[in-house]
Amino acid sequence: MKYFTFATGLFTASMTLAQTPILTIYAPDYFASEWGPGPAIEAAFEESCSCDLQFKTGDVLSRIILEGERTEADAVIGLNTDITKKARETGLFASHGQDNAQLTLPIEWSDEIFLPFNYGHTAFIYNTEKVANPPASFEALVNSSTDLSLVIQDPRSSISGLALVLWVKAVYGEQAEAVWQKLAPKILTVTKGWSESYGLFSDGEADMVLSYTTSPAYHIVAENDLTKKAAIFPEGHYFMVELAAKIASTNVPDLADAFLAFIMTDQFQNIIPEGNWSLPAALPKSQWPQAFQDLPLPEKVLFYSEEEAANLRKETIEEWRRALSK
Amino acid sequence: MLDLQNLRIRQGSFQLTASLRGLDAKIYAIMGPSGAGKSTFLAALAGFLPVSSGTVLWNGQNITGLRPAERPMAMLFQDNNLFPHLSAERNVALALTQRRYLSSIQQEQVKAALSRVGLSGFEAHKPGELSGGQQGRVALARVLLQDKPILLLDEPFTALGPALKNEMLDLLQTLAQERQATVLMVTHDPNDALRIADETLLLSDQVLSPPQPTQQVMASPPKALAAYLGLE
Amino acid sequence: MAPRFVQISTGALICSFVLLPLWAVWGQADGPTSLGPADWSALRFTILQAALSALLSTLSAVPLARALARAQFWGRAALIRLMGAPFILPVIVAILGLIAVFGQNGWLNTGLRSLGFDGFSIYGLQGVLLAHVFFNLPLATRMILLGWATIPQERLRLGQSLDLRGFARFRLIEFPMLMTVLPSAAAVIFVICLSSFTVALALGGGPKSTTLELAIYQAFRFDFDFAKAALLGLVQLGLSASAAVFALGFVWGHQLGIGLDRPIALGRHSTLQKYLDGVVIGVALLFLGLPLLLVLGNGLASVTSLSVAVWMAALRSVLIALGATALCMLLSLSLLNRSGEAIATLGITVSPLVLGTGLFLIARPYVNPFEISLWVTLCVNAVMSLPFAVRILRPEMSQVDANFRWLSASLGLSRLGWLRWVVWPRLRRPLGFAAGLTAALSMGDLGVIALFGDAERATLPLKLYQLMGSYRMEQAAGCASLLLILSFGFFWIFDFLGRRNA
Repeated sequence: MKYFTFATGLFTASMTLAQTPILTIYAPDYFASEWGPGPAIEAAFEESCSCDLQFKTGDVLSRIILEGERTEADAVIGLNTDITKKARETGLFASHGQDNAQLTLPIEWSDEIFLPFNYGHTAFIYNTEKVANPPASFEALVNSSTDLSLVIQDPRSSISGLALVLWVKAVYGEQAEAVWQKLAPKILTVTKGWSESYGLFSDGEADMVLSYTTSPAYHIVAENDLTKKAAIFPEGHYFMVELAAKIASTNVPDLADAFLAFIMTDQFQNIIPEGNWSLPAALPKSQWPQAFQDLPLPEKVLFYSEEEAANLRKETIEEWRRALSK
Repeated sequence: MLDLQNLRIRQGSFQLTASLRGLDAKIYAIMGPSGAGKSTFLAALAGFLPVSSGTVLWNGQNITGLRPAERPMAMLFQDNNLFPHLSAERNVALALTQRRYLSSIQQEQVKAALSRVGLSGFEAHKPGELSGGQQGRVALARVLLQDKPILLLDEPFTALGPALKNEMLDLLQTLAQERQATVLMVTHDPNDALRIADETLLLSDQVLSPPQPTQQVMASPPKALAAYLGLE
Repeated sequence: MAPRFVQISTGALICSFVLLPLWAVWGQADGPTSLGPADWSALRFTILQAALSALLSTLSAVPLARALARAQFWGRAALIRLMGAPFILPVIVAILGLIAVFGQNGWLNTGLRSLGFDGFSIYGLQGVLLAHVFFNLPLATRMILLGWATIPQERLRLGQSLDLRGFARFRLIEFPMLMTVLPSAAAVIFVICLSSFTVALALGGGPKSTTLELAIYQAFRFDFDFAKAALLGLVQLGLSASAAVFALGFVWGHQLGIGLDRPIALGRHSTLQKYLDGVVIGVALLFLGLPLLLVLGNGLASVTSLSVAVWMAALRSVLIALGATALCMLLSLSLLNRSGEAIATLGITVSPLVLGTGLFLIARPYVNPFEISLWVTLCVNAVMSLPFAVRILRPEMSQVDANFRWLSASLGLSRLGWLRWVVWPRLRRPLGFAAGLTAALSMGDLGVIALFGDAERATLPLKLYQLMGSYRMEQAAGCASLLLILSFGFFWIFDFLGRRNA
């Protein structure tokens, strides 16, 4: 009898162990690296879900598209609106089931499939020790002397680069190409991604770099360095939001839903500012860390819907390319 | 006994005919004007070059289609007779086995061969550490171990000075006689032939003529040979 | 030589490995496509920069090779050996070094500005050319040096006895040699620069400097336009293949490798010339060495503080390099004849991105592509180094064959005997050199992993990018130094193993 209970106990115990469900989430590289928000989010979520959250990093959208329905992902995190149209077309995503009214974004959000979890704005960052008189508006930037050197990202290979050309388009509309022609002589180089640009800027190669309004927060908090600032323009800044979504073919739909719900909780949102150096999408400003509350942020926010962004993309990139190729 | 029946060798525009009977247990020298094809003939006989027609018979057996190692012949080339990266012992041992490991019997055999050519104690030396004459001896030692009834030599001692060359030729003669080997030696120097060759064959005008006693040939050489030797 | 059957099947294997993925990518296309103005611009720029790079590298190699050929100084052999260095350097590391020296904030510009001159910008066509010359100058120099070594002693002595000097000496002795070596050297460098990717990205300065490879990357990663990627891949293949055929037609000049021992006696040259030679060598040393030293110096301190993940990535890279080297050596040994070399050259004509993606597409129905990303990287790395390995091994193999084929036949050596007693001892040195080259190139290669890497399976170059992407610049510098040390380490170890007791 004792033997039987013991054996059953062992059996059920091993069954539960073998059955800890795994939630697989695709995320971008920086997200799940040891310096990104991933580890903290994983620890926090696993406390309440009795599951094993596993981040798989890499280029999220490419993977999903290449893997198709065979994908092992249950959810994804880290997509961005300028490419969600393509993602939506794959038909692989399901509704997020969360209440959009809870979001604290500067714009209205009504999408049922993609759920924002953080946001930021594009902005040019400069070093106060090097640039004494930063341009006070976009117009000033465009008309500034060639002494000011900029480094930007390529819209054909970088999300932030794409956001930049859309930003110019949003501010200047028809004049965009002419504006690029004026900017061209100031542009030191165009890099493949944000990291190379920022690296060049940190090395002192260029005066200003296209980055995010939240970049200075990193320097302030992690390095106690107050010299990096974002140039805020009255014309407005382009709004960039990062999204999460559930995969329709997931084998753990409850867990995926639980994770999306978790995104909206304060626990998750509090990890974002100093984990991802961006602004939380569902947390009121009064609850942000002090450094973020003190950050200069734009009054005006510019944004293209997914449809508009997709339609404008080819044209804006071509205008940019033409202007810079002269 | 080596027989060549209507052997015809063609290489591009060059060709050569040979019909010989009853070559056996003697040292034969092959002479002729340069470009006549002496080396080519030897290479074809050894199996390195194909023959166009005809047969090679050894003791009645047709060996025309056999690969070089399958023929009852061992050959010494003008150069590259030894592997420069292997010791004398290793070079000689290749006649017996290709394995890494030499049995004690095989080791004894190698030692004996080297000692027969006067090189005991030189087992560990690489060819680069040996003189020209010594290298020739190591090659001879290997040929000894190969123990084939026919020996083909393509001007093997040309690079040595006169005294050394004669020494090597004498050694060759001794070894050949010990083993009753049939030796075919291509040479451009009539003194070599006179020194050790019993009979001499002449290769000229695309024909290999039958062997004749060397003294006779040298005493009254045919026209082509006379011209070659500068006797006219 | 390997038996015919092995040769043919290896050749067929390589061909299908290279061409099937292209076809697979094409198959993924969902509509007709054509080249837009951006693509034509990319094509023009690609050809322009490759041609200029080839020209500049070979022309600047001429005086350097001449100086090295006739100079006599302590450490000469070591220096010539070290000249292989930039070629095997991971591209991104070299670029960091070049920016440290030539960038806006680099040594040169700071120096110029302090002297009152305007700085110059490295970003643009000039930067791309600079980087390409940095990589390929040593290669061209080595090829010309070997050309020098093949001038017969008699001709040099004739020149000396006629007391040929200056232009006459150049015209009668040097120029004919150059004419046999330069065209193929230029063609090789042209092909290498055609598939330039990271350099154009980092130093190009803008969309003007888009290369075909970059356009392919963008088509894949951002537009998911497989048709366009396949079309561009085809164009690139066509371009490289024609240039490679040209290079092969000139029989590549001579060997790529070893044995550059004794200085050449060119006759009297004045003290002025000796002095100029010294200057040339000094400038070259500075140009090639300074960026490397800066990278090493910048990052060495941070190496010890690198995280476990980085060391794991380093381990992965090392294992992949070893595997790729073994595979490459095996394959190259079966391709050591003229047609084999032609097939091997496919390795540098094809875009690694197209190759990688095509392989993934082929594998997709059977296995999750990302599971095999490291294996794919290994295979692609092996194929990419194949042309160099074959080029290094072939001349030695032909020599061995010519010298010892008959001896081996008369001894009745079996295939195994031939390999063990003749081929292996003779080929050890070039094999060591080729293996070192392959391993080093594989360490630094970002290639396929750029599209399909994930953090669990990161290789060291990918980790470098990830570090840069998380603001961790010092750690990135440490990572770069580690990459440098490992690449060089590999090269040196394999080369040493091959040379020892050879």
